[in-house]
Amino acid sequence: MLSLTHVLVLGAILFSIAMVGIFLNRKNVIILLMAIELMLLAVNMNFVAFSRFLDDPAGQIFVFFILTVAAAEAAIGLAILVVLFRATRTINVDDLDHLKG
Amino acid sequence: MKALYLIVALAPLAGSLVAGLFGRAIGRAGAHWVTILSVLISFAGSVVVFLDVLKGNTFDGNVYTWITIGDVPLHVGFLIDQLSALMMVVVTFVSLLVHIYTIGYMADDTTSPGGYQRFFSYISLFTFSMLMLVMSNNFLQLFFGWEAVGLVSYLLIGFYYAKPTAIFANLKAFLVNRVGDFGFLLGIAIIFGVFGSLHYGTVFELAPGVADIVVEVIPRVPWSLLTLICVLLFIGAMGKSAQVPLHVWLPDSMEGPTPISALIHAATMVTAGIFMVSRMSPLFEFSDTARSFVIVIGGITALSMALIAVVVYDIKRVIAYSTLSQLGYMTVALGASAYPAAMFHLFTHAFFKAALFLAAGSVIIAMHHEQDMRKMGGLWKYLPITYATMLIAGFANAAFPPFAGFFSKDAIIEATHLADVPGAGFAYFCVLACAFFTALYTFRLVFYAFHGKPRWNAHDAAHGHDDHGHGHDHHGHGGPPHESPAVVTIPLILLAIPSICAGWLIGDIVFGDYFGNTIYIAPEHEGLREMASEFHGVVAMVMHGVFTLPFWLVVGGIATAFYLYIVNPSLPGRLRERFAFVTRILENKYGFDDFNQRVFAGGAIGTGKGLWKVGDVTVIDGIVVNGSARLVGWFAKLSRHLQTGYIYTYAFTMIIGVVLLLTLWFNRT
Repeated sequence: MLSLTHVLVLGAILFSIAMVGIFLNRKNVIILLMAIELMLLAVNMNFVAFSRFLDDPAGQIFVFFILTVAAAEAAIGLAILVVLFRATRTINVDDLDHLKG
Repeated sequence: MKALYLIVALAPLAGSLVAGLFGRAIGRAGAHWVTILSVLISFAGSVVVFLDVLKGNTFDGNVYTWITIGDVPLHVGFLIDQLSALMMVVVTFVSLLVHIYTIGYMADDTTSPGGYQRFFSYISLFTFSMLMLVMSNNFLQLFFGWEAVGLVSYLLIGFYYAKPTAIFANLKAFLVNRVGDFGFLLGIAIIFGVFGSLHYGTVFELAPGVADIVVEVIPRVPWSLLTLICVLLFIGAMGKSAQVPLHVWLPDSMEGPTPISALIHAATMVTAGIFMVSRMSPLFEFSDTARSFVIVIGGITALSMALIAVVVYDIKRVIAYSTLSQLGYMTVALGASAYPAAMFHLFTHAFFKAALFLAAGSVIIAMHHEQDMRKMGGLWKYLPITYATMLIAGFANAAFPPFAGFFSKDAIIEATHLADVPGAGFAYFCVLACAFFTALYTFRLVFYAFHGKPRWNAHDAAHGHDDHGHGHDHHGHGGPPHESPAVVTIPLILLAIPSICAGWLIGDIVFGDYFGNTIYIAPEHEGLREMASEFHGVVAMVMHGVFTLPFWLVVGGIATAFYLYIVNPSLPGRLRERFAFVTRILENKYGFDDFNQRVFAGGAIGTGKGLWKVGDVTVIDGIVVNGSARLVGWFAKLSRHLQTGYIYTYAFTMIIGVVLLLTLWFNRT
């Protein structure tokens, strides 16, 4: 039987993968956006799991909101990415260090 | 009478303000008329007050409340008694004559625009300040007058403000006086702290009650409170009355014009310290230690300064050192509890020293502002009135009977002989030896300047290569020096008269009960009373004086001067060479100036430089200001490495931060 713990562990693993994706990714900004998406999905996984095991539909409704916002965010992120590419001719993360002190 | 007291004090102030503020409008003649008139009013008022006091009408009261701090009212008040009335008459009389004399002395002064009016304004202001000082009935007003005369003295020493030496001298006078004033102010502060009042009468009444109080200024060294007060007050007197080691400013003050040397630095202001100590006699009588200190300082000053007067060549400086020496005499008398004798010497000294200075000024006018005695000589033919007055004042200064100085100085010497405070023996030796040297330097001056071969060049003298660049309006061209105008000679004659006969009042002032209870002499200090019982009139005193040691010392001094400067004029030069070492010490004034210059002035400059280099440049600029800037820079250099500009670093930091926060949150218990 699938218990709450299994699902939460899955969420945690997804989140960790996303985090590692952010840290270790030195190449591509698109991968970074994907990692963020993955983080949101990990959070959604938690919401759905709690909603299911606590019998509270509010969690699932919340997931819909998050998916909406995530879609919007992905659109904006990709738009920024396009602009960024036009400006710098690169989307290589290591080259994007304009904030360096 | 209260209105009259106010007029006496305020008339010179009014004259001074008019001459000072409207000097340009009223012109030179206007300036000297208004100030002379104001001082004349003041003098006439002082005489009336004096006669009134002789009738027994004294006054002690306040005329104006200046300010009230908490419940302490500070008053302007007058104490008019025998002591202050005498001082008022002396001050206004000498001041009046000096005002008149100044017309002649400053006639050809064009050193600065409006200088003539400024000068008159200053000396009237001085008269006002000095009157406030002597008429005061409380310590605060005394201090006001004390500082005000110091200020005017400063202004007048630096009268020729374009002359660097004058500026140096006035700054020196001001600074040295500050040292004395510091003690004085501390003394007044302790008096206020102990007695809770600044009014003379109240303080003197309470003084016997605190005679036994002992304080420890330096831990475990008990001092009587009154000794402490008296010594501090006397330090103030040492500054103003130029006692060793605070005497250094007085010889340099001769940079000022001669009339003020006569008025301020001989006759009146410098005697303020003597007056003050006499006024404080009810305090000083309770402290043998303080009087011992006073008598020793006085003795040292009297003798050491008389010795310097024997070697200097500047005619005014000889008289300046003579003044120092005579002030030493007065101080010795104070220490010997012979306050009336000190006051009497102050009284006679004011006349003959003013006469000496004004006569010297007359010589300086005739020699076209040449002050070196080596360039004078044989002047008696050309300046008969000046010569006669100088001679009279010289005899008075040398204490030759029956001139004024004889009586006052003899009283002091005798009182010192009878005094029993520790140090009196030393002081007695000093004043005796000083009697010889006083006669020697006085007649050295007379013989040097007025006798012997003329050492001036008639042509030079007539054309006057002086510093002040004056016109030749009334001097004419060529020919020998000639007698000064009447405005100069009349004050001289008027001062010569009391220089002869002021001393004859000794029976009333010193041995009589003129001072009544204004001066307190403790019953166990018998000296003066003993002398009074042996006093049988002026003539008897002269007859007796002729057979005593001081008289023969004076005669010896005059004879030595006569031999050295008339009979054998080449001898002094040879003596100088023979005793070059002693001459050098005296010419360097015992090294006081060098010492002050090196240790105090040099020390102050060194401290300043040290504070600037170490305190300001290193600590404040280097460590505090630039150091903190450097610290911020260094920290920023370190912390900018945190700003890598890579998103993953920020994300990592953020995650770590969140983890840390959560850890803290869950472990918060």
